[in-house]
Amino acid sequence: MQTVGRTRTHFLIRAWTTFVVLAIYLPIACGALAGLSKGRYFAFPIRIFSTEWWGKTWDSLEIHVLVQNSVLIALIVTVLSVLFAFFGALAFARYPWKGRRAFQRLLLLPIFFPQPVLGLALLLWFNALGISPTWKTAVVAHLVWIVPVVTLVIAIQVFSFDPVLEEAASDLGASRLFTLRTVTLPILWPGIWSGALFAFLLSWGNFPLSLYTAGADSTIPKWLYSKMVAGYTPMVPALGTMSTLTAAALLLGGGLIRLLLRRRAELREREG
Amino acid sequence: MADASLSAPAPKLTSGFRASLPVLFLLVAGFLAPLVTVAAYAFATPKSFDVFRSFTLQNFAAIFDPNNTVWTSFVWALALAFACVAILLVVCYPIAFGLNKVFGKWSGLVSVLFVFPLFVSENVRLYGWVLFFIKNGVLDGALKWLGFSGGPELLYTPGITLFGMVYVYLPFMLFPMTLGIAMIPRDLVDAASDLGAGRFMIWREIELPLAMPGILIGALLTFVLSAGAVAEAKILGGQSVITITQDIEVAFTYAQNWPMGSALALILVLIVSGLALTAMARLDLDKILGKR
Repeated sequence: MQTVGRTRTHFLIRAWTTFVVLAIYLPIACGALAGLSKGRYFAFPIRIFSTEWWGKTWDSLEIHVLVQNSVLIALIVTVLSVLFAFFGALAFARYPWKGRRAFQRLLLLPIFFPQPVLGLALLLWFNALGISPTWKTAVVAHLVWIVPVVTLVIAIQVFSFDPVLEEAASDLGASRLFTLRTVTLPILWPGIWSGALFAFLLSWGNFPLSLYTAGADSTIPKWLYSKMVAGYTPMVPALGTMSTLTAAALLLGGGLIRLLLRRRAELREREG
Repeated sequence: MADASLSAPAPKLTSGFRASLPVLFLLVAGFLAPLVTVAAYAFATPKSFDVFRSFTLQNFAAIFDPNNTVWTSFVWALALAFACVAILLVVCYPIAFGLNKVFGKWSGLVSVLFVFPLFVSENVRLYGWVLFFIKNGVLDGALKWLGFSGGPELLYTPGITLFGMVYVYLPFMLFPMTLGIAMIPRDLVDAASDLGAGRFMIWREIELPLAMPGILIGALLTFVLSAGAVAEAKILGGQSVITITQDIEVAFTYAQNWPMGSALALILVLIVSGLALTAMARLDLDKILGKR
């Protein structure tokens, strides 16, 4: 009786999860469909499929600028946020120090904060400083939100790390830098890698912060929004789909590299 | 050790404090300072840019004026946020439970499927729903093709705004909840079961209290984020509902009334951060993130 009930519950949980996953990807699929239909206006079922709008999007000079902006912002955000978050994670999880609990809470605040309001507050602050918003201010805005996320991602890895290893290295006479390079970093690599991947992808897909803090410069999500509000063209779903596919490819590639990193670390551990 | 403390009267920087400095700097310059600016603007002369030079309560007086209808935006934003949290608790619990106890080796893949949408900007995903629900869109077109008279008109209503919020913030509920359920020790459940506790009793007396920190974080996070949401109401809701963030945005952009926008933002931030800080004070982050 017990097991029958259990099997049924498990079946229901599986069915529900499948349903929710399908619902999550349904709008993304709708966008992909709309980008591949031939007409100027979207109508379902699609009569003629064509790659016309993909071609137009691919060739558009305006969109080349957007992609450059988005990539540039995301790359700078990735590098800077990993640097910030590496030390932040050590402070968060590795060292016992007096202000640690307060630091942990402060770090969470930007995550627990509505992003549109954060963007508007930053806009005010840049203005008070006399800085006119460009893609550079958007980098700062992205960092305020992404550094805490990346810090948490790396901190989870730091929690699984035994500080005794570092102490042993230093007892055996290793310098601080040498310990960092040969003990700490190899153990933390998977976490750092995940953090970098998160940073790039979150910056790549960010809309509310870019909307208010990038000034006249546009990113892919910001441009898409301006066209959704006024002046739909099938380039909107086409570019949206391209952007989604890019993110998917990066996540897949990044996941594979992470797997390799972990396997190498395990091998090293076994060898000794 | 004794020498160091004698020869260094200045407070000694611990390794932890030193490591926290870059992030602290970023948060002070990029998070606290903007909030202080907002607070300062909230007390500036309306429709001026006299920040730090004038002090007046006129903005707040205007907001609390009974003739001002801005309170409806607050009510809408908070009501939608409450509803969103309530729906997400029900939607996510079975999935979070499944990720911990049912899916086994598949749970990694399932998690990735739920994480990935976070990397697609919300306007793209919401616009996909517009294409689904719009006249001659996927739903309407498919129903007509099957011989029905067409789909229901769901777009541009408060209900669809709520739907959009539930959709966008689902991962923010799911993952903290999953971490929470992971904190339930298996042997405790087995022990209770051996002692004859029923399924419902185990859930109420053991699983729910132990998973509570994670559930609480998820509820808080989704509440805060959806209380400040604006894209859902604009893209899916067609402005049938004006949320408070939209009022703030209008004051900052078209109306060029930064002091008014700041006063509204300050009230929202106080509501939201008051909630966040009280709940956060009771949580042990080390334990939730898996410190051994």
